[in-house]
Amino acid sequence: MSFLEYRLKTVPTGAAKILHVNWPLVVLLTAIASVGFLMLYSVAGGRLEVWAEPQIKRFILGLGVMFFVGFVPIWFWRNLAGLAYGLSIMLLVAVEFFGSVGMGAQRWIELGPIRLQPSELAKITLVMLLAAYYDWLDIRKTSRPVWVMIPVAIILLPTVLVLGQPDLGTALLLMFGGAVVMFCAGVSWYYFGAVAALLGGAITAVISSRGTDWQLLKDYQYRRIDTFLDPSSDPLGAGYHISQAKIALGSGGWAGRGFMQGTQSRLNFLPEKHTDFIFTTLAEEFGFVGAFSLLILYTLVLAFCISSAIQNKDRFASLVTLGIAATFFFYFAINMLMVMGLAPVVGVPLPLVSYGGSSMLVLMAAFGLIQSAHIHRPR
Amino acid sequence: MRRSAKDTDESAKKVTRRGLFLGGSMFAVVAVLGARMRHMQIDQADEFRLLAEDNRISIRLIPPARGLINDRNGKPIAGNEQNYRVVISRDDAGNVEDVLNRMSGLLPISPEDFERAMKEARRRSPLPIIVADRLNWQDVSKVAINAPALPGVSPEVGLSRIYPRDTDFAHVVGYVGPVSDSDLAKLDEPDPLLQTPKFQIGKIGVETWMESTLRGKAGNRRVEVNSVGRIMRELGRQEGDAGADIRLTIDADVQNYAQARLGEESAAGVIIDVTNGDIIAISSAPSFDPNMFVRGISYSDYNILTENDHRPLANKSVQGAYPPGSTFKMVTALAALEAGVINANTSVNCPGHYEVGGRKFHCWKRAGHGRVTLERALTESCDVYFYDIALKVGIDAIAEAGRKLGLGVRHDIPMSAITDGLMPDKQWKLERYKKDWVIGDTVNASIGQGFVLTSPLQLAVMTARIASGKAVTPRLIHSINDIATPVEAAPDLAMSAQFLKAVREGMYSVSNSQRGTGYSARIDDKALRMAGKSGTSQVRNISAAERARGVISNANLPWDRRDHALFVGFAPYDAPRYAAAVVVEHGGGGSAVAGPIVRDFLLRAMSDGLPPLSAYPASQRNRIETMHKKLILRDAEGHLPESSRA
Repeated sequence: MSFLEYRLKTVPTGAAKILHVNWPLVVLLTAIASVGFLMLYSVAGGRLEVWAEPQIKRFILGLGVMFFVGFVPIWFWRNLAGLAYGLSIMLLVAVEFFGSVGMGAQRWIELGPIRLQPSELAKITLVMLLAAYYDWLDIRKTSRPVWVMIPVAIILLPTVLVLGQPDLGTALLLMFGGAVVMFCAGVSWYYFGAVAALLGGAITAVISSRGTDWQLLKDYQYRRIDTFLDPSSDPLGAGYHISQAKIALGSGGWAGRGFMQGTQSRLNFLPEKHTDFIFTTLAEEFGFVGAFSLLILYTLVLAFCISSAIQNKDRFASLVTLGIAATFFFYFAINMLMVMGLAPVVGVPLPLVSYGGSSMLVLMAAFGLIQSAHIHRPR
Repeated sequence: MRRSAKDTDESAKKVTRRGLFLGGSMFAVVAVLGARMRHMQIDQADEFRLLAEDNRISIRLIPPARGLINDRNGKPIAGNEQNYRVVISRDDAGNVEDVLNRMSGLLPISPEDFERAMKEARRRSPLPIIVADRLNWQDVSKVAINAPALPGVSPEVGLSRIYPRDTDFAHVVGYVGPVSDSDLAKLDEPDPLLQTPKFQIGKIGVETWMESTLRGKAGNRRVEVNSVGRIMRELGRQEGDAGADIRLTIDADVQNYAQARLGEESAAGVIIDVTNGDIIAISSAPSFDPNMFVRGISYSDYNILTENDHRPLANKSVQGAYPPGSTFKMVTALAALEAGVINANTSVNCPGHYEVGGRKFHCWKRAGHGRVTLERALTESCDVYFYDIALKVGIDAIAEAGRKLGLGVRHDIPMSAITDGLMPDKQWKLERYKKDWVIGDTVNASIGQGFVLTSPLQLAVMTARIASGKAVTPRLIHSINDIATPVEAAPDLAMSAQFLKAVREGMYSVSNSQRGTGYSARIDDKALRMAGKSGTSQVRNISAAERARGVISNANLPWDRRDHALFVGFAPYDAPRYAAAVVVEHGGGGSAVAGPIVRDFLLRAMSDGLPPLSAYPASQRNRIETMHKKLILRDAEGHLPESSRA
């Protein structure tokens, strides 16, 4: 659909847009971010200025970005999708040459006061371009191999660049996010079945080749897999962080140890306690009640996004909404699986809660797209 | 592109279906997450809570203050002093080497200490590293003032052992030192205290034998530690019990006098209270400074001690086993008297030698003593008399008398390396050498040569028993925490009082008759008069050829070939109070060398402070006065005079 097809009269304009903002979503996001402020205050040992205050400022800025993006009509963003994707690919290439490395493998570019992580940006622009692609594509061609290879290439380009950094977590999020858009656009089950079978076969091959002549991985790589599967086998080495995270989480019990009373985080047993492992502190200090409540908040965000998407008759809008919701889901699901010892430690932050500017702003901009889709939905 | 309404509708429916499927899948994952949370936080909560507590809580022992050791009057022998040290926490220091370099500008840090600290830092242990130990207050203040420039560095205070009367008690009290692996190996269930860093336990002497009394019980504190083991706060504290204080029977001032009197001779001496067995002084010379061992002795200092031919590390008073020589003659006499083979008036002719079994045994006086009775035999130490009576009574009776008097028996006092000595008899020789006892053995044993070996402590016990007629046992621990160790009244010696009196009379003459071998070492004061017996024990065999050429006098022999000089004595003769025994290794003649020392020991024990000159024979007073001036003695507080300090 081109913008000419929208029944412009029914789309709110000017100040009326404020009424049509998906307000429950705004409330939910604010609630989640507030949990983050509380935890950042706690892990800093009761000091606001260390992490909580910058995070609050960023969130307020993020809200501004969200409303700004949200008030701009969705067709404007759709027309911008190709450009945005191209820009993030350029940035990903540029960061290879000019970027600074920090915190493991994530790379960023200093743009004046803003520290931009192109890989964060790529997650959203990839979803945007794919949604725009399927909006453009003749629906009947959706499952034809040639027309499937194009989005696969669109996904693989940034994924390979990010993998080279090497940032496994972001690469996974890119692939999952892209795959979800393809899936929702209606690409045949067979393709997904084939990919799943291929992956399953590869994993079986890797595991069964161990100890044979044609062993596919190096011994140390297998040991890493062992550690992942059973962290207690190496409690002071690679498994140390995950063991400590599990101890923190489990020791929270039903109601937790109380605000600022978490011994695991306060005594530095937890790694990255203000970023990737912040969930463990929440679980330790507020117990199952607190951890589960956050999970419900996240789930409600998903529910509102999905409901907004399936009510939206605009193909681009609903695909973008679903793609972003899925990316958001992968964020928190992988993070939680990781700290609970169900997934390897890949370095994915807990969205809106972990300390970090780049991901917060990009995420808020993405929710801006969802708001825009919601506000400007065809009626 | 434009689409038909049908297409649009269909595609929207597909998106809805797929979107709902996607939502369902997400919800399934969320359910897994929730279930996992529930499992970990509710089902396994107790397990994880325990693990978290394990992480966070650490039990640290509080070392108890070691018990003090004092002399019988409460004067300190071993105490604890506050000891300042500087430790560095690797975690807070950042670059340890940098900080150490800065600190060596303030403190004297030896290159070895520097290397050791760096080595420990590389080990990445969370425990603080000790950089400098035993600092004085000024040095610690310097570190405290410069704290901002020395991250991770903090001063600490602890207790360490100090021996204020250093050399006087080195052999008695011993010293403490760090726990070694072999110390731990000896124990089945070592006190966890022993594994705390810098903990010290007794290594020899009273310190080790009374270890369990002195150590006390460790307290503990429950502390919260962070991930690198640094203490964040204290959660609870249970004080331990300090070790018990021990009071020795030794009089520190008498001990000091005895040690000073032995001087640089290789010698040992013991003073015993004959009424109750209390050891008043037990000295071994030369001595060493036990504080060196507490601080960690350097190789060069240790080599000086081990290479010294006077063996300062040997505790000669209980460890040294010497042939008693003529000091043994009382034993032979008592054995013969008890057996009834002689009486006090039995006389023996001494022609200067004694022939038995085809061998010729000589008296020390080549011209002979003529006819001698017991009293004269003791007074002039006639060897032939004792050869004769020993052969009459036999070795087994002599050995039995010796054991009754405390020879060849281990006296159990809390000191290290106590020797049993050797009181030989027929059975012993058969077992030891698979050979029969021969007459020559008895002849040699009768004058304390041959197989007989005794320690100075045993000789002092023997003298005390002869003096008191009671089987006194030596005692070193006076009281523990001011509760006196019980002293049982010593049983009678099971020897006829009449025979003991005869022997005592002979000993009296030794010191008081002009013909006595110990006459020059007599006490002139009638109330304090001493009875004694000299002994000179050979450390080499004198061959017949040498005897023909004329025995070389001690002064012309190399030091380590000279005879041992021995003397035993007790005083006052009329109401015996103290017994003393002295052995001077390779000292020469017992009467000339050891006699005066025993006299001085006894006089010192009987007087308050230096013995009065009036107790000495008038002709010797000038010499004694000079000697007194030369003695370096401690003052009442145990300090050495200013002039003697290097």
